[in-house]
Amino acid sequence: MSTAISTAEEVHTHDHDHDHEHEHHELGFIRTYIFSEDHKTIAKQYLISGILWAFIGGSLSILFRLQLGFPEMSMEWLRPILGGWIDDSGKLDKEFYLAMVTMHGTIMVFFVLTAGLSGTFSNFLIPLQVGARDMASGFINMLSYWFFFLSSVIMFSSLFIETGPASGGWVIYPPLSALPQAMPGSGLGMTLWLTSMTFFIVSSLMGGINYICTIINLRTRGMTFTRMPLTIWSFFFTAVLGLLSFPVLLSAALLLIFDRSFGTSFYLSEIYIQGQALPNVGGSAILYQHLFWFLGHPEVYIVLLPALGMTSEIIATNSRKPIFGYRAMIGSMMGITALAFIVWAHHMFVTGMNPFLGSVFMFLTLIIAVPSAVKAFNYITTLWKGNLVFTPAMLFSIGLVSLFISGGVTGIILGNSALDINLHDTYFVVAHFHLVMGAASFFGLMAGVYHWFPKMFGRMMNKSLGYIHFWFTFVGVYMVFFPMHYIGIAGFPRRYYTFTALGNDSMAAFTDMNMFISIAAIITFSAQAIFAWNFFYSIFKGKIAPANPWNSNTLEWTTPINPEHGNWPGEIPAVYRWPYDYSKPGAPEDFIPQNVPHSATLESNLHEENAEIAREKDIEGLLGAQNESYTH
Amino acid sequence: MNYLIGLLAIVFFFLAVSVIAKSVKLNNKLSGTEEDDSTVDNFNNANGIGMLIFWLLFVILGSWSFLHARPDFLPIAASEHGVKTDNMFWTSMAVVTFAFFISNTLLFYFAYKYRFNKNRKATFYPVNHKLELVWTVIPAIVMAVLVFTGWRTWRDITSQAPSNAAVIELTGHQFGWYVRYAGVDDGQLGNVNYKLIDETNSLGIDFTDKSSFDDFTATELHLPKGQPVLLKIRAQDVLHSVYLPFHRVKMDAVPGMPTKFWFIPTISTDEMRAKLGKPDFNFKVNCTEVCGRGHFGMSITVFVDEPEDYKKWVAEQKPFLATNPAYLDKVPTNLKSKASKYIPIEPIATDSTEAVSVN
Repeated sequence: MSTAISTAEEVHTHDHDHDHEHEHHELGFIRTYIFSEDHKTIAKQYLISGILWAFIGGSLSILFRLQLGFPEMSMEWLRPILGGWIDDSGKLDKEFYLAMVTMHGTIMVFFVLTAGLSGTFSNFLIPLQVGARDMASGFINMLSYWFFFLSSVIMFSSLFIETGPASGGWVIYPPLSALPQAMPGSGLGMTLWLTSMTFFIVSSLMGGINYICTIINLRTRGMTFTRMPLTIWSFFFTAVLGLLSFPVLLSAALLLIFDRSFGTSFYLSEIYIQGQALPNVGGSAILYQHLFWFLGHPEVYIVLLPALGMTSEIIATNSRKPIFGYRAMIGSMMGITALAFIVWAHHMFVTGMNPFLGSVFMFLTLIIAVPSAVKAFNYITTLWKGNLVFTPAMLFSIGLVSLFISGGVTGIILGNSALDINLHDTYFVVAHFHLVMGAASFFGLMAGVYHWFPKMFGRMMNKSLGYIHFWFTFVGVYMVFFPMHYIGIAGFPRRYYTFTALGNDSMAAFTDMNMFISIAAIITFSAQAIFAWNFFYSIFKGKIAPANPWNSNTLEWTTPINPEHGNWPGEIPAVYRWPYDYSKPGAPEDFIPQNVPHSATLESNLHEENAEIAREKDIEGLLGAQNESYTH
Repeated sequence: MNYLIGLLAIVFFFLAVSVIAKSVKLNNKLSGTEEDDSTVDNFNNANGIGMLIFWLLFVILGSWSFLHARPDFLPIAASEHGVKTDNMFWTSMAVVTFAFFISNTLLFYFAYKYRFNKNRKATFYPVNHKLELVWTVIPAIVMAVLVFTGWRTWRDITSQAPSNAAVIELTGHQFGWYVRYAGVDDGQLGNVNYKLIDETNSLGIDFTDKSSFDDFTATELHLPKGQPVLLKIRAQDVLHSVYLPFHRVKMDAVPGMPTKFWFIPTISTDEMRAKLGKPDFNFKVNCTEVCGRGHFGMSITVFVDEPEDYKKWVAEQKPFLATNPAYLDKVPTNLKSKASKYIPIEPIATDSTEAVSVN
C-alpha cells in the first residue's frame, strides 16, 4: 500500500514537472504546494485539512456515543489511547465526556463545515466560475489558510493537555467557561480554545474579504450578476454573513479573555464558587449569549448556504434541466442572509431574556422558514421532468434536500417560543440541527467533492464506491438522527453523561434506542473510510478525467484538465448566457456552456435572447479592460 | 424491539447492496461492455429505484418506530400551560409532518420517476411565477397562524404571576438545587446576598431584611396542586437551568440575574402515580444547562400535594432562623424583637419534619 502511494507520488510529481515547462516562472516545491498563492492549491489544503478534522470530530462523537449507547460497557480497552480519561472504574471520565461533546461541536461547526466547506469551495470555485485568474489577493488568501492552520494546531494541541480541552459546550457560555475553578476544561483548555478561535476568525475574515472582492471585481466580461451560477451567489452571501458576524464573536471572545485573565466583569456577577465569593459584580452572562449567537445563528447559514449553492449547481447539471426559479433562489438566499442577522435570540427563549424579546424573535424566526421552503420546493421542481443522472454528487445533493426538509420542519417547532420551553436543550434540538445543518452541510461537502474532484485533481473518483458511500451515509444519518427526536420528545436533556437522574425508569425506556443510535453512528462513521480511501487513492491512481465529465455549463470546465496557476492558458473566456441552459429546445446537445454566444445557437435561442446577439460585441470589447486589470 | 429496527435496517443495507450488484451484473451482461466513459452508468436505475425503496421503508419504519416510542414520551402535562403547549406541539407536529411527508415523497418519487432514460429529453422549465407565488404564500400563511397561536400562549405563560402565587426560590449551584420558601407569615422571600454565604447559610440569606425571618429552606420541592406557583430562580456559580419535565417548565438560572417562571400544577404526585400505575413515580427538577462534571445528576424530587396537605407541610416547616438561632446575631437591633419570636424556647425536635412528606 505505502509503496503504491510512493510510486504514485513519483508519477504525479513527474506529471507536474512536465506541466511546469509551460510556465513562465518556475516556483519551487514550497511555493507550489505549501505556501502557495494559487487558489486551487489553497482550496485543496483546506479540503484535506477539513477531511482530517472531520475524522477527528467524528471519532470524538463515536466515543461519547459509546458512553450513551452502552452505559454499562467497560472502556478499559481505550486506556492505551485515553489514559487518565478512563477513570478507575473503567468508565469515561465525566468531564472528558463534556470535553468531547464540546470539541466535537467546535471541530464540526468551525473546522469542518466552515473552513472545510466554505474554505475549500469558495476558494476553488469562485475564480474558476466567475472567470478570474486567481483571488483578488493571492497573498491574503495564503495567509488565510495559514492562520487557519495555526488555529488548527492550537485547537488540536488542546486535546492533549492534562486538564483537558474546553468542556463547557461549543457555545462556551460563561461563567462556566470563565472560571477555571468551575471545571478543569475551563483552564488552559479554554485559553487555547479562545486563542485558536481568534486565529480562526482572522483566517475567516481574510478569506471572506477575498471572496467578496473577487466576486465583485474579477468577474470575466459578460459575467453579470444575473449570470452567476448559484454556487457563486451562495459563496457571496456566505462571505457577507461571515464578514459581518465573525467580528462579533471575536469581541465576545475578547471580553471573555478579559474576564478570565484581567479581572474584568463583563459576564460575571455575584458568583460564589468553591467556597469563595468572587468580587465581580455588574456583569451579564446573557450579554455573552447575545454576542455569541449574533455570530452563532448566521454561522448556521455560513455552514449551510455553500452546501445549498453547490447543490443547486449539481442538481441542475445532473437533472439536465435549468434550476427552477433561478431568481427566486437568489432572492431566497438574500432573504435568508438578511434574516439570519435578526433571529439569533431564538436560541435564548428560556435564558431569562425579556419574554417580549422572545415574541419578536419568534416572529422573525418563523419568517425565515418561508425562503427556506421556497428553496426546497424549487429543488423538487428542478427534478420534475428532468433526466436524472445519479452521479455520487447528485445522490448526495438529493440527500441534502431530503435532510434539509426533514431537519428544517422541526425548526418551525423549535422557533415557537412556547414550544421551545419544553424542547430547549433536549435531544429534539440535537436531532434538528444535526439534520438541517450538520448532515445537510456535510452532504453538500461530499456532493461538492465528488462533483469537482475531476477539476481539482484531474482524475475521477470511483463511482461505485461513491454509491456505496452514499447509501451507507444516507441511511445511517437518518438512523442516527431520526430516533433522536423521540428521545427529545421524551424530555431527555442534551450533554448528559447518563440519564439516571431523570428517574422513573425513563432511561430504561430508551436504552435500546440509544444503543441503536450508537450502532448506527458507528456504521455511518466507518462507512466514511470508503470515502477516505476512494479520495486519497483517486488523487494518485484515479482514471484521468475528461475535460467536462458531467457535461456542465459553468466556466471551470473550459479550463485545461489540470489548470495551471492562472487557470486559462489563453484569454479568459467571455460569458454570454446564464449557466443553466440544459436541454434547451432546439439545441443539438443537452447543454450549452456559458461561453457559447447566442449568435452560435440561433436554433435554440428564445425569442428575447436574439436581442442578446447585438450585445455580444460589447462584451468582446471589454477584453482589453479585463486584461489590463491583471497587469500591474 | 429496537433490535428489530436495527436488524431490519441491516437487512435493508444488504438488500440494497445486492440489488445494486445484481443489476450491474445484469446490465454488464446485456450490454456486453463496460460503459465507463459515459456519464450515465449501470447503477443509474438501481440508484433511482433505491430512492423510492428508501422512502417506502423510511415511512414504514418511521411510523412503526414512532408508535413504538410513543408510550415512553413524557406523560400528560402536569401543569395548566403544559397541556396547552403539548396540544400546540402535536398540532404543529401534524402540520410539519404533513409538509415533511409531501415534500419528501415528491423528492424521492421524482428521483425514481425521472431517472435517466436516453430516449427522453428533460423539459426546459426554468420558471413559473404563479407556482412560486403559491408556495411562498402558503407557507407564509401557515407560519402566520403558527406564530399567532404560539405568541398568544407564550404571552400567557410569561405574564405576571397572580398575586396569590406561592413564592418558591430555587437556587442552582454545582451540583444541586437549594429550595427556599417565602414562609407563612409574610409570603415574601427575604433578600439574599452572595457575600453572606457560609457553611450553614448556603443561600446567603440577608437577616437585615425582616422578610427573611420566616423563610424556610428544604431539600425537596413541594408544590400545591391547582394553585399558581412562582419559581424565583437564581444561580450561585455558573449557569444552570431549572427543568421540570412533567410540568413543561424550563428557565435558566443565571448568576447575578434572578429569573422567574410561574405555573399551575394540576396533577398531584399521588394522582400521577395512579395514572401511570407506577407507585414509585416522582416528579423531578433537573438541570438543562451544562454546568460541569455533575450536570447530569443535578436533580431533586418534586412533590405536588393536595392544597391542604401542602398547607400542612408548610406549617410544619421551621424557618431557617428557628433551626439556626445563631444567625439572630446578624439581625439589626431594631428588628431583633421581631426576629426572636422565630427562635424556639426549647430545643427543636429533630424528627418532626420527616413525618409529613408524602413518601
